[in-house]
Amino acid sequence: MSNKTEIKNWYLSRFKDFENSLNGESAKPIHKLRKEAIENFSLLNFPTTHDEDWKYTSIAPLLSHNFKPSDGISHLDENKIKKFLQYKFTTNVLIFVNGKFIKRLSKTKNLPQGVIADNMASAISSNSPVIKEHFNKYANNKEQIFTALSTAFTTDGAFIFVPDGKIVEEPIHILFITDSKGEKILTQPRNLLVAGKNSQVSIIEHYASTNDDIYFTNVITEIAAGEDSVIDIVKLQEESINSFHICRVEVNQERGSNFTSHSISLGGEIARNDINARFNDQGSECTLNGLYLLKGKQLYDSHTMIDHAKPYCNSHEHYKGILDDKSRGVFNGKVLVRQDAQKTNAFQENKNIILSDDALVNTKPQLEIFADDVKCSHGATVGQLDNDSLFYLKSRGIGKEKALSILIHAFASDIIKSIKAETVKNYLENILEKTFNKESSRN
Amino acid sequence: MLEIKNLHANIEGKEILKGINLKVNAGEVHAIMGPNGGGKSTLAQVLAGREEYEVTKGEVSFQGKDLLTLSPEDRAREGIFLAFQYPIEIPGVSNTNLLKTALNEIRKYRGQEEFDAMEFLTLLKKRMKLVEMDQSLLSRSVNEGFSGGEKKRNEILQMAVLEPVLSILDETDSGLDIDALRIVANGVNKLKSKERATIVVTHYQRLLNYIVPDFVHVLYNGKIVKSGGKELALELEEKGYDWLKDQQELVTN
Repeated sequence: MSNKTEIKNWYLSRFKDFENSLNGESAKPIHKLRKEAIENFSLLNFPTTHDEDWKYTSIAPLLSHNFKPSDGISHLDENKIKKFLQYKFTTNVLIFVNGKFIKRLSKTKNLPQGVIADNMASAISSNSPVIKEHFNKYANNKEQIFTALSTAFTTDGAFIFVPDGKIVEEPIHILFITDSKGEKILTQPRNLLVAGKNSQVSIIEHYASTNDDIYFTNVITEIAAGEDSVIDIVKLQEESINSFHICRVEVNQERGSNFTSHSISLGGEIARNDINARFNDQGSECTLNGLYLLKGKQLYDSHTMIDHAKPYCNSHEHYKGILDDKSRGVFNGKVLVRQDAQKTNAFQENKNIILSDDALVNTKPQLEIFADDVKCSHGATVGQLDNDSLFYLKSRGIGKEKALSILIHAFASDIIKSIKAETVKNYLENILEKTFNKESSRN
Repeated sequence: MLEIKNLHANIEGKEILKGINLKVNAGEVHAIMGPNGGGKSTLAQVLAGREEYEVTKGEVSFQGKDLLTLSPEDRAREGIFLAFQYPIEIPGVSNTNLLKTALNEIRKYRGQEEFDAMEFLTLLKKRMKLVEMDQSLLSRSVNEGFSGGEKKRNEILQMAVLEPVLSILDETDSGLDIDALRIVANGVNKLKSKERATIVVTHYQRLLNYIVPDFVHVLYNGKIVKSGGKELALELEEKGYDWLKDQQELVTN
C-alpha cells in the first residue's frame, strides 16, 4: 500500500477500532482531544520530499507498511525485560512494553516528596492539575501530522512532575521496549515532563526492542522547564535496524531555566527526530548534543529549532555523526533570533565522519537573525578519518582496525563525555566500540 | 641490522630517493644530514612505511626480513620507531591510552604477555622521568596543546616505552630551544644500547654535539653523496652544504 490516501484511511479505520475498544472512556475529556486530533490528521497530508523540512527524507518506506496501533499486550517474560536493565543506569525505572506501562517491574526509590514519576494513563485518569496545565500545551496537532496521529491514539507514556524547589538526585530511566513478535505494530508513547521552579531532574529516555522486526515508534514528548529549573535528558535510541522512529520533542523554557538534551541514535530504517525549543523568558540556556551512528542503508534525520524569542539566552548545539556503508544522515539546525532577543549567544556545530564511499550527509545550518547585538556562529563538516592520524597510530604498532576504532572513539568522545551518568557513559563507549568493528557481528 | 640497497622512491610521481645505499649495524648511531629537499625526511618516512610514498626500485632488509613488504604497524612491531618531525595532535585519544594500546599490540605480536593497567602505569612513570615529563600531560590528548618541545619529548617518551630496536629521529631538533634539545638528547642517549641502533635525521650539526654519531652521511638530491665520521658534521657546519653541492657538480661534470 503505497498510496498516501490509502494509508491515511488505514489509520482512520484503526482509530475507529481503537475508539470501539475504549469502554466508557469515550466520555472522558481526553477523548475529546483524541477526536480533535484524528480530525486534524484527516485534514493534514504526509510530508513528501517537496516539503522543505523533509527534503532529504522520503517516508515512502514508512508508508508502505500497514502498522497496527499496539494494544499494549505482550507476553514478554520478566527475565527478558530485566536484561535491558543489566547496566544498572539508576535505581529509578519506568518500564513500558509495546507502549504499555508495566507497573510491577517499575520502581522509584527515594524520590523527594511530591515528585511524581508515573505513567501518563494514571496521570490522565486522576485528573492531575499538572496535566490540565501542561498537557498538549506545547505540541501542535493542528499542523504536525505525526503529532496529530500520536495524539489521536494517546494512551500511555511517561509522566514526570517535579515540584518547585525539589532536586531529584538519581536519574530516572524510562525504558520503552518493543516486542513485536513479527507483527508490524505502532507504539505511540506520549510523554510529559514538568519541572517546577528551581527544581532539578535528569532523565534517561531509552528505546529498545527484542529483535530486528519492522515496527514503528511515534513519540511525542512535551517538556515544561520552570523558572531556574535544570533538566538533563539522555535519549538513547537503539531500536531495530528495520524500525521506523519518529520523535518530536517540544520544550518550553521559562526564565533562567537550563535544558540539556543528549540524543544518541543508532538509527533505524528511518529515524527522524525533531526538537523544538522555545525561550519564553530571559536568561535561559539550551544545549542540544547529538551522536548518530549509522550503517547499512539507515537514514537518520535530525531537525532542531531553537527559538530565541527573548533576550539574554544562550543555546549550544553540537551534533556528530559517524556513517558507514550506504547510510544517510540529515541535519538541519534552525536558530531563530527574534528582533528583541538582544545579547543572544547561539552556537551550532555539526560534524560528520564518513567511513565509506557511499555514505552521504546533508547538513544545513539555518540561522535567522533579526536582532543586532548577538553572537551567533555555525559550522558543519563532513570528512573522513584523518590519514595522518591513522598513520601515526600504525607507526606505533597499532593495527588498522584498532586504529580506526581509536579515532572513531576520539571523534565521538566529547559528546559521550558531556553525559554525566558514568554508567550511561560506559554503556555508550561499549556500543561505540561494537558498532563499527568489522570483526564483530552487528546485532 | 638494516640494509638499504639502491632505494628509489616517488611521491605524487616525483622521484625523491634516487638510489640510497646504507648499512646500519646494531649499537651504531648514524646521522643523515643534508640540505632541505634532499630526501632526508622522505627516507625516514619510507622506512616507517608511509603509504603516500611509492618505492619503485631497491631493497630494504631489517634483521633479515624484507621490510618493504611489511605494513607500517608490522614494521613498528618488528621494532622500528619513527619520531615524527611534526607529531600529530589527536584530540580525544589520551597519551596513556595510545601508549598502552601500542605497547600491548607490540607485545602480543612478539608472543609476550600484555600489561594490565597497573603494570603499564608503573612502567610509564619510570619512563617519564627519562624525558622529564610532567605527569599531568599523561591524561591529556595526544600532543594536544603541547608546545613544540613537549611534542618532541613526547616522541622520545613513546620511544622509551615501546623500546624499539631501530629508532629513526626525523629532524627531532627542529624548533627546539637548547633546554628541550638537551632533554631530548639525554633521553635518546639513555636508550642507546649494543643491541639497538639509531638513525638521526637532522639539518643542523648542533644536535650531534649531544647525540654523538658513529657515522655521518650527507643526503643530497636523493642520494648519499658523502659519508664519514663525526668530523664530517663539523666540516659541514663550517663550510655549509654548498661546498658539497659544488663537489657533486665537479663529479658529475
